[in-house]
Amino acid sequence: MSRQFSAPRGGEGRGEVGGGGVSNRGATHLTLPVTDVTDPLPLLPQADGEGSSSPTRRRVLLTAAGAGLASLAPAAEATEAAMTEAIRQLIGEAPLEPRKVKLELPSIVENGNTVPLTVSVESPMTQADHVESIHIFNQKNPQPFVAAVHLGPRAGKAYVATRIRLADSQRIVAIARLSDGSFCSGSADVIVTLAACTEQ
Amino acid sequence: MARVLINFPQRAKRGDIIEIKTLIQHPMETGYRLDNKGAAIPRDIINCFTCTYNGEEVFRAELFPAISANPFIAFSTVATQSGELVFSWSADRSQTQTETRQINVE
Repeated sequence: MSRQFSAPRGGEGRGEVGGGGVSNRGATHLTLPVTDVTDPLPLLPQADGEGSSSPTRRRVLLTAAGAGLASLAPAAEATEAAMTEAIRQLIGEAPLEPRKVKLELPSIVENGNTVPLTVSVESPMTQADHVESIHIFNQKNPQPFVAAVHLGPRAGKAYVATRIRLADSQRIVAIARLSDGSFCSGSADVIVTLAACTEQ
Repeated sequence: MARVLINFPQRAKRGDIIEIKTLIQHPMETGYRLDNKGAAIPRDIINCFTCTYNGEEVFRAELFPAISANPFIAFSTVATQSGELVFSWSADRSQTQTETRQINVE
């Protein structure tokens, strides 16, 4: 992906001058769906209005996006594979019991910047049998991680509610680590009409 | 100091499971956005939230940029005895903010 970013034109600096108002919306839009580079690229000249300046602008936007990403963890490329990998790192080779974790979030989201999310797990929450932690993952944000919460018998019930950002329509997965070392999971699909981070 | 809202039942019976709702004012800058010159805005998020009940940690959350601005976190705990609930948010670039609330358990 990053090879595509750096491909057009070798120079640096300068071009930022051209990156005024309108183009920035494109820039912020670009940063999120990193994996879909082929998709937003054809849109850029149209948004620009003139084909000649677009390579410069494109280069600026893409190198900026690339630089931002490069400075972050490699997991910044969000794909289903990244999520699978993140989950694999958490659970190792342990089996995953599906559908024991309940995720509640709206099935259609109008604003991806604040999506209410509730996760609960059926558990007696006693010293002997409780949920130790709940890990929430997503498929298509720049990072696969959303949050990790640590609970104990003092929680009374395995429950957490928060508000999250969603960059695209996708599947959210929650995985609970139980006190006996086993894992169970739950998932929910969401349709997002206005993605997070597209506005300033 | 950022504004904070913390809400839980002021009185609870011993053994009750109470819900605690918290909200703190914070931009939760993801690090993926660009400013109007095309430079990346550095990441600044609240990365950890903890709640202790009379000194014992009852809840801890690690947060990532996918959490919305002004993070809202609700969780539950068992009301065991009257005492102090201490909430603490630590951010990437600003200081840790700590709030203390009293809980009355009958």
